[in-house]
Amino acid sequence: MSFLKSRELALGVIVLGLMLLVGLRAPVFLTFDSIYSMLVDTSFLFMLALAQMAVILTRGIDLSVASNLALTGMVAALFAAAYPNVPVPVVLLLAIVFGAFAGLLNGVLVANLNIPPIVVTLGTLAVYRGLIFVIAGGAWLTTDDMSAAFVAFPKLNPLGVNILFWFAVAVSAGFYGFLNYTATGRSLYAIGGNPVAARFCGINIPRHLLLVYGLAGAVSGLCGALWVSRYGIAYVDIASGFELTIIAACVIGGVSIAGGIGTVPGALLGALFLGVVVNALPVINVSPFWQMAISGAVILAAVVVNARSEHRAGKLILPEARRAAAGGKT
Amino acid sequence: MSSQRYEVLDTEPFRWSNVFLKWEFILALLLAGVMVAGTIISPYFLDIWTLSDATFNYSEKAIIALPMALLILTREIDLSVAAIISLASLAMGLCAGLGYGPWALACIGLLVGLACGIFNGVLVTKIGLPSIVVTIGTMSLFRGFAQVVMGDQAITTYPAGFSTVGQGYLIKWPPIAWSFALFLILAAVFAIVLHRTAAGRRLYAIGNNPVAAQFSGIPVESYKLALFALTGLLSGLAAFLLTSRIGSTRSNIALGWELDIITMVILGGVSIAGGVGSISGVVLAVFVLGLATLALSLINVPGIVISVLMGLLLIISIAAPIIIRRVMGFRG
Repeated sequence: MSFLKSRELALGVIVLGLMLLVGLRAPVFLTFDSIYSMLVDTSFLFMLALAQMAVILTRGIDLSVASNLALTGMVAALFAAAYPNVPVPVVLLLAIVFGAFAGLLNGVLVANLNIPPIVVTLGTLAVYRGLIFVIAGGAWLTTDDMSAAFVAFPKLNPLGVNILFWFAVAVSAGFYGFLNYTATGRSLYAIGGNPVAARFCGINIPRHLLLVYGLAGAVSGLCGALWVSRYGIAYVDIASGFELTIIAACVIGGVSIAGGIGTVPGALLGALFLGVVVNALPVINVSPFWQMAISGAVILAAVVVNARSEHRAGKLILPEARRAAAGGKT
Repeated sequence: MSSQRYEVLDTEPFRWSNVFLKWEFILALLLAGVMVAGTIISPYFLDIWTLSDATFNYSEKAIIALPMALLILTREIDLSVAAIISLASLAMGLCAGLGYGPWALACIGLLVGLACGIFNGVLVTKIGLPSIVVTIGTMSLFRGFAQVVMGDQAITTYPAGFSTVGQGYLIKWPPIAWSFALFLILAAVFAIVLHRTAAGRRLYAIGNNPVAAQFSGIPVESYKLALFALTGLLSGLAAFLLTSRIGSTRSNIALGWELDIITMVILGGVSIAGGVGSISGVVLAVFVLGLATLALSLINVPGIVISVLMGLLLIISIAAPIIIRRVMGFRG
């Protein structure tokens, strides 16, 4: 069965093993409450890793997601402060639209002007982050400035489960359906796998690129509004550097930076792995300063392992090609 | 008339349009614009001491931008340079505590940088991993290690004389700081190697088509490994200059510098797709960014707003020629 050999299963076993190891040192880590709160904490990373994966699938990268998240979060907080009577779902919708526009700006520069994604998003990373300072005048917005409903929203528990986790479930289900069962979603794999062949198949590459960058922006926007309301603060530096954590989650989850390879369960497990590490360190009394070094080591280990499995797939063709060439000559 | 049907020229015939459309020419215009604007908006801008003082703020980054330009030219990238600075600075701080002298500390910084660069290079060339992922990983690893050792503490005890190079001037008049002088010397060396030697031409060949370069007998992997090692070494040098200048080491030293450095290289006209770029372009971009930052900070523009403008400058300067070419293409 291919499922048993799959990379996702291996990663799942590693994550479970890690959780058990931590549980041996501190049994409290394996209680329901602890695992539940870890999943809720990791909800942002789940959503953002999936959006980033869609971009990476097309051989792109979006370094601006964390800046977009912080900018949209600030805009949402300012909006919620100015119009306290607007229902929270409307604020979230506006945040999604605002984030999508910021993402589409990346998309236009990448898709229509053919500027390399790393250059574009490096620029907008600085621009979006700085705009937070400009629109808020350097001010910090705290729970006192936001409406009560806006602050209470992320604490809602429909059906007994935190609403952030529901958002993560909905976004994951959406991406799973989109990437596996729609022609547009499959086209993203085709673009990343072989852009030239994809174009000859009649896939409109610029339009698909616009879509993935817009989508990444929309998810960042949603997460921005939720982030600000959950943590009750909006200022210039929120989620600073989070783009690298998001990319790390993708890489650990087996998403190939060369494009065309990556699955929704993989990216989710990559995010979960980082979530386990972040939440486990304080439980087993390891200084949180270890977190960065550990995630760096894990990224390197994951990329080495993934490279091995990709190499194997590539080398299979060679003997056949050689045989075909030899056969053709004689 | 020769009997040949075609006359093959050694070089392209001279055309003025080639000069004006050259990226270096556009950058020179931009630099002139920045100089004029700076002089107009602040009376303190065009002063030899102000200008030489400002070199402290960009020379260390500029030194790393040189090898980074070569890496990007060969389709690789190193996002871990700022993390290498933090690790090299940590090593110097720890050894300063053991009583080493200033020059020994400088050597330690360079060696740590070199080791980090070789580590990156081995992962990329020997195992064949994409450099962007490797250096995102080592970026966390190197800085994470510095964080583990230092926590939120700082190392501030350095031997007497350690600050001479970072804070001092090599030439008293005109005032040229050590770090700036090192940058100028290195830029000259890099320009000669890249534009006047066979090794330099090979780097362009690698960037244009690594597979063809490999089959032409160029040891592509060895060149790339050497470039990663060089980037690490010069990050170590920058770490020494920076630590010597500010006299303290924290785990968040030089945080985010990799983005500033890559901005210098890309604005300098080095193509992320490889094979295109020049040292003169990178040097001009260093001055454009450095002097624009100086001018804006002289009129009290906050640092974060300056970073917005630099981000816009990066995007617009790359997008504008493409748009202009497209509009002209539709007409012609």
